[in-house]
Amino acid sequence: MKKLVITLLCVLLPTIAVADIKVDYDSHGQMISQEAPIDIFDRGSVKRGAKHFIDYCVSCHSAKFMRFNRIAKDTGMSDAELRDSLIFTRDAKGKPTKTGDLIVVAMTDEYAIQAFGTRVPDLSLTARARGADWMYTYLRTFYVDPYRPTGMNNAQFADVAMPHVLQSLQGTQKAVYVTEEHDGVTVEHLDRLEMIQPGSMSEKEYDAFVTDLVNFMVYLAEPVQVERVNMGWKVLLFIMIFFVFAYMLKKEYWRDVH
Amino acid sequence: MSKLMEWVDARFPATKMWNEHLAEYYAPKNFNFWYFFGSLALVVLVIQIVSGIFLTMHYKPDGAMAFASVEYIMRDVPYGWLIRYIHSTGATALFAVVYLHMFRGLIYGSYKNPRELIWLFGMFIYLALMAEAFMGYLLPWGQMSYWGAQVIISLFSAIPVIGDDLTLWIRGDFVISDATLNRFFALHVIALPFVLVFLVIAHILALHEVGSNNPDGVEIKKNKDENGIPRDGIPFHPYYSVKDIVGVVVFLFFFATIVFYFPDGGGYFLEHANFIASDPLKTPEHIAPVWYFTPFYAILRAVPDKLMGVGAMGAAILVLFFLPWIDRCKVKSIRYRSTLYKANIAMLVISFVVLGWLAMQAVTETITLLSQVFSILYFAFFVVLYFTSKNEKTKPVPDRVT
Repeated sequence: MKKLVITLLCVLLPTIAVADIKVDYDSHGQMISQEAPIDIFDRGSVKRGAKHFIDYCVSCHSAKFMRFNRIAKDTGMSDAELRDSLIFTRDAKGKPTKTGDLIVVAMTDEYAIQAFGTRVPDLSLTARARGADWMYTYLRTFYVDPYRPTGMNNAQFADVAMPHVLQSLQGTQKAVYVTEEHDGVTVEHLDRLEMIQPGSMSEKEYDAFVTDLVNFMVYLAEPVQVERVNMGWKVLLFIMIFFVFAYMLKKEYWRDVH
Repeated sequence: MSKLMEWVDARFPATKMWNEHLAEYYAPKNFNFWYFFGSLALVVLVIQIVSGIFLTMHYKPDGAMAFASVEYIMRDVPYGWLIRYIHSTGATALFAVVYLHMFRGLIYGSYKNPRELIWLFGMFIYLALMAEAFMGYLLPWGQMSYWGAQVIISLFSAIPVIGDDLTLWIRGDFVISDATLNRFFALHVIALPFVLVFLVIAHILALHEVGSNNPDGVEIKKNKDENGIPRDGIPFHPYYSVKDIVGVVVFLFFFATIVFYFPDGGGYFLEHANFIASDPLKTPEHIAPVWYFTPFYAILRAVPDKLMGVGAMGAAILVLFFLPWIDRCKVKSIRYRSTLYKANIAMLVISFVVLGWLAMQAVTETITLLSQVFSILYFAFFVVLYFTSKNEKTKPVPDRVT
C-alpha cells in the first residue's frame, strides 16, 4: 500500500502545476516581500511552528533568550509532551536539557566561521528585526546559484551564507531573469523563481509549513504578545469607566464657575 | 486631625505650601485644551521615574549583559514587558506632551514679560530631556543604540582643536564601549533625573510667583476684588485638579493603547534594528534617530559641512531660548495678533513636521534639497518674527478674560 502511494505520488507530482514565485520591486529597486499569512492567536500553528523550528533551525541557530517551558506554557503543552516533541539535547554536563533551560546550540562561533564564513545569528528576535514578511519571503525564495559556496542563493537576502535547509521539502528553484532598458542602459534583474525539481511537499504544503514556522518565530520574538493584547482591552475599558466618573466630578465642581 | 496639622505646621510649612501652590493659587478660569499638557508632562515624568526604578532592578549596565538583560526583563521578569513598554512609550509620550506644551507657550505668548524665566527653565528642562532620552536610548545596547550614539557623539569631533579629545572624554574609550554604557547609565538614572526634578521645581516656582498666563494673554492679577483675589481667577485646587484628572484619564487612554497594541510604534518608538545586539563591526544600513529628534537631525543633514551642520542644529535649539526677546510684540495671545503672525506660526509648524519626516528618509538629492528649504523656513520664522513683531498691527486686547 505504502509503495503504491509513493509510486503514485512520484508519477503525479510533476503533473501538479507549480506556480512560479514572482519577484516584484519597489520604486527604489528594493525587492518587495510577500505578505506572510500569519496569525499569532492560532496556538496550533505556533505549536506546529515550534516543532519545525526545533527540527530544522536549532541545529545551528540558537534562540538563547527563550526557555523551552515557556513555549510549552504558551501553547498548552505538558512537560512530558515538551520532552517528547521539542527537547532532544543534552546540556554541557551531558545531562538531558531541563525544561526550563534556554534554547542554546552546541555550535561555536569559531566552528560556524569555518563552516559558513560567518557567525550564525541567534533567532530569538529576528521577527522583530526583520519582520514576518521578510522571513516568509526569505524561506520561500532560495534558488540555484553555482557561484555560491552552498550552491544556493536567495532573492530576499542576496548572497546569504545559509544553505537551503528546507530544500528537501520545498524542492529546487531556479532564477529567471529579464533584461530591461533604463535610460539606455540594459539592466538584468530577477523576475521570478521557477520550480525545477519538486520536493517532498506540494507548494501549498510548503507554504503552510513556512507560515507555521514564521508564526512561531513572531511569537518567539515577543512571547507576551497574546497576553498583552488580551490585557489591553481590559485596561482601556477600565480607563473609559474611570473617565465617566472623572468627567462627572469635573462637571460638578465647575458648575459654579461662570 | 486638625491637631496633628497644627503640630506639623508649627514645624513645617505644610498647609502654607498647600495653599500657596494649590488651594489658594489662583489660575485664570479660561484655560482651554492646550493647558492640559503642563500637568500631563509632570504626570509622565513621574511615570518615567517610577517605571525606570523598576527597570533598574533588573537591567545590567554591562556591555556583555545589557542586551540580554533587556530581553530577560521582556520574558522572565513578571510584568517586566509592561514596565519596559511603559518606559519606552513614556519617552515618546513625554516628548509629545512637552512639544504641545511648548507650542501652547508659543501661541499664547507665555514666555513674555514677566514669564521669561519660566520659559528659560522650561528650555533647560527640554535640553535635559534630550540628553536624558539620548543616554537612555544607549542602554538597550542594540544596533541602533550603539550606532545612534556613535553618530551623535562623533558630532562633537567637529568642534575645532578640542573636538577629538572631547569625544574621547565623553566616550571614555576610543569607541563606544562598556565604559560609555556605564557612564550613560549613571547619567541617565541619577544625574539627569536630579537635574530634571530640580528644573521642574524651579519652573513651577517661577510660574506660581508670577501666575499663569491664559489663552487671552490678559493679566488676571490686574483686576482683583476687595479680598485681593483676581476676579478671573479660580483656585487651582479643586477646580483645575479635577479638570486635569480628566486630561490625565484621556491621556492614559492613548498611552495604554500604544503600550498594549503598538509598543514599537511601527518601528518609530522602538526601532527594528535595535532588536539586533550591538555590533561594532556592522553598521546598520540606515541610521535614523527616534522621532522626537528628527527635525533637528534633518537640519544637521541639510548642511554639507559637518561643523556648520552641527552649528545649525545647535542654533535651531538655541534660538528657542531667545524667543522672549525675539518676539517684541506687546500683545501675548495669538487671538489678538496679526494675520502675518498666524501665517508665520503655521510656517513654523509645517517646517518642523516636514523636517521631522525628512530625517526619516534615506538621503537623496531631493531629500537634501527639501531639508535645506525647510531648514531655512524654520529659521525664517524667528527672523520674520523679530522684524515684524515690534510694530505689529494687533487687535484690541480685552480687559477681562473671555
